[in-house]
Amino acid sequence: MRIFANANYDFIGRRGLFVKVSVAVCAALVVGMIALQFSAGSWMNYGVDFTGGTMVQVIAPQGATAESIREIASRVSPGATVSRFGAESEFLIRVPEFVEEGAGEESVANEIVAALQAEYGGDGVQVVRTEAVGARVGSELQRQAAFAILLSFAVTLLYLAFRFEWRFGVAAIVSTFHDILVVLGVISILRLEVSLTTVAAVLTIIGYSLNDTIVVFDRVRENVAKLGRRETYEKIVNTAINETLPRTVLTSATTLAALLGLYIFGGAVIREFAFILIVGVVVGTYSSIFIASPALLAIERRWPKKEAKKSGGTTGRARSTRVRAAL
Amino acid sequence: MLGSLKGRIAVILLTLVVAGWYIFSNGLKLGLDLQGGMHLKVEVADPDGTMTPEAMADATDRALQVLRTRIDQFGVEEPLIQKSGDRRIIVELPGVDDEERAKDIIQRAAFLEFRLLSGGRQFREALPRIDRAIVAAIGTEGLPESAFQTPDSGTGTGPQESIADLVFGNRGDTAAQAADSAAADSGSVAADDEPESNIRPLSSLLLASAGSEHEFLVLQSDVERVRYYLDLPEVQAALPRGIALRWHTQPTSMAAQLYRVLYVLEDPAFMSGEDLVDATAGRSQQTNEAIVMFELNRRGGRTFEQVTGRNIGERIAIVLDGQVHSAPVVNGRIGQRGEIQLGGAPLEEARDLALVLRAGALPAPLEIIEERSVGPSLGQDSIDRGRIAGIIGLALVLVIMAAYYRVAGILAIGALFVYVVILLGGLAGFNATLTLPGIAGLILSIGMAVDANVLIFERIREELAAGRVPRIAVEEGFKNAMSAIVDSNLTTLATALILFNFGTGPVRGFAVVLSIGIIASFFSAVYVTRTLFMIYLERRRSTAPLSI
Repeated sequence: MRIFANANYDFIGRRGLFVKVSVAVCAALVVGMIALQFSAGSWMNYGVDFTGGTMVQVIAPQGATAESIREIASRVSPGATVSRFGAESEFLIRVPEFVEEGAGEESVANEIVAALQAEYGGDGVQVVRTEAVGARVGSELQRQAAFAILLSFAVTLLYLAFRFEWRFGVAAIVSTFHDILVVLGVISILRLEVSLTTVAAVLTIIGYSLNDTIVVFDRVRENVAKLGRRETYEKIVNTAINETLPRTVLTSATTLAALLGLYIFGGAVIREFAFILIVGVVVGTYSSIFIASPALLAIERRWPKKEAKKSGGTTGRARSTRVRAAL
Repeated sequence: MLGSLKGRIAVILLTLVVAGWYIFSNGLKLGLDLQGGMHLKVEVADPDGTMTPEAMADATDRALQVLRTRIDQFGVEEPLIQKSGDRRIIVELPGVDDEERAKDIIQRAAFLEFRLLSGGRQFREALPRIDRAIVAAIGTEGLPESAFQTPDSGTGTGPQESIADLVFGNRGDTAAQAADSAAADSGSVAADDEPESNIRPLSSLLLASAGSEHEFLVLQSDVERVRYYLDLPEVQAALPRGIALRWHTQPTSMAAQLYRVLYVLEDPAFMSGEDLVDATAGRSQQTNEAIVMFELNRRGGRTFEQVTGRNIGERIAIVLDGQVHSAPVVNGRIGQRGEIQLGGAPLEEARDLALVLRAGALPAPLEIIEERSVGPSLGQDSIDRGRIAGIIGLALVLVIMAAYYRVAGILAIGALFVYVVILLGGLAGFNATLTLPGIAGLILSIGMAVDANVLIFERIREELAAGRVPRIAVEEGFKNAMSAIVDSNLTTLATALILFNFGTGPVRGFAVVLSIGIIASFFSAVYVTRTLFMIYLERRRSTAPLSI
């Protein structure tokens, strides 16, 4: 069996269309995120990991509803919100409160559980999981998460600049940035809860998307060395995309297959994680074909590589003066 | 060619054996989110914001020392107590469900006291009475055999056996079972008709120590049982007045056995940590041995002077939170300033003792700043679901590979099997913790692990299409795919390492799986698949078409 054998699609010729679609989608998502920032108070539905606060997951007896549980929890902490989680009688209770406990103080989680048990009887309420994070820790984690994402960009850029050349690095970052923007947009618009696990998912997507882009770029580099004199850059890039197309599709398929198993059978805790990764893999695959290569071409057109390569040192210097001029 | 093929097979088999050995000997450690338990992050409280960074760091070290002392009280198998940054401590308690108790243990203020070793003789004399009180309280049914042995020497007043007798003599080895049933029977009432005087549940477990009449040795395996006896209200009532029993904080090893020292101490304590001003570790100017220097306030100095003046040659126990950390001999009268000699022990030990003293002198209140707990049912559920998801995900990947690449796909599946074994072995070998996101990472990495194979196979197909003979095509395919594989693996590894540094707990577990996965997949996809290809090509004519 073979798919896309000797494929020869004109990806590059039609790149304008795809770039327009991507820009439109990204713009819509950004507008949506900004709108949410104002209408819902925050562009992201941060979980207790980042806002600080307390989360209790309980199995309540038959007949308990989210509303009745919210009412009981509100007596303990007025800002309580309750949502169903996975199974029929399982609920997530969130309150913004977290007492930084000194010795002997009762935690908010315990007070809520005690209130529920008073209502439904001691055996009826089963605590599955509790999480309580201080507000200070929460804001630290937010900062660290942003830093981790930026750092991974920086490291990749450096590595690619070292292994390829800077324009490949920049193009890869552009396409990865596109992926992260789309994924964050989806997380934001669907109001998925942002936890530490979500950040792990986003960082994984960065890794996957780069991986995918690098395979195409590796082929571009190889083809430039092979046919650089005879073909236009557009043609070389387009050929590289087509040559790597079977691999791109197949690897995405196997990764998606594994993720699909997780999504369907992995249980409620892992489902959101798998969902975000599925979105990321689809977008990452799309972008390595339709965004990374056009970005590379645009960069190449704006700052063309000097044809006569004398030595690495001089081209490097020449390149950097051009960058400075452009800035 | 054959030689190198044999070598390759040997390398792969060796890798499999090592990985397998790690899996079976170390086992996979499950994270708190999978086995249930509590994760707490605590920070030294600084309500006024006036502490200097040095003071903060010292307070954190003291708190750490206190928590380590209390580690027993958590009653869990593998508690983790670890410093995180300069001023935070992470406490992980697998399987704990009594949150309030755990938090109480962590946040209780440290209590330091000084007590004379004394009252050993009175305790010995009271032992027959205590033995009878135990029998009266719990009956004789659950007692181990050793309790029924009559003392070797005729005095009958207490343990007179030498250590050698007990180490080499017969002992009931059903102690643990007996302890259980003893606990279960504790409700049942005394047996009046037993010949009481010969039954020695407690005194048979206490060995006289050569060092002092005020201390006893208890086999580490008997400690729980002795503790249980001593906690019985009947035993508490039978103890002589003016003495208190305290355990040493750590077991000592002697004649290839582990013992705990049980001290008989004067009650009440003559001084508490309040009167201690400071304690530091250092080296003696005369002997250059590690010592602890301490300083007391005026009141403490007066008390200490009186007590030490009267008790030269006796010993003073340093007791933190009910556990004896050290029991140095009084060499002379000590006032406000004193030294504790540690008899040639390493400086490290002096530092720990100084920390213990300071912990009692300057309490470091702890604030809980993060708390997560997972019930055991959720953990098991996650494991079960992860397993199902993993098997199904893996099956899907295998089907796709076999359908798409035929024989080559089956070779890739063989390599994938090696990959999974190496990954699990790596996790076990590095003592990495498998968390829920870790399981997800594992499954995801299976999907990505075939990527390298796909790259290679596509290149081989290209070479074949260009008209090369299979053997050359395979060689070229591997060679051409290499740069893409190296580059993509290294960048993913970089993100995994960042993830590791950023994350705590579950996220870190995910990063570890991803990192080991990348290295394992590089080995399996490049080296193992190559070897399997060699075997495959070995058995056929060089012109026969490849099934790829």
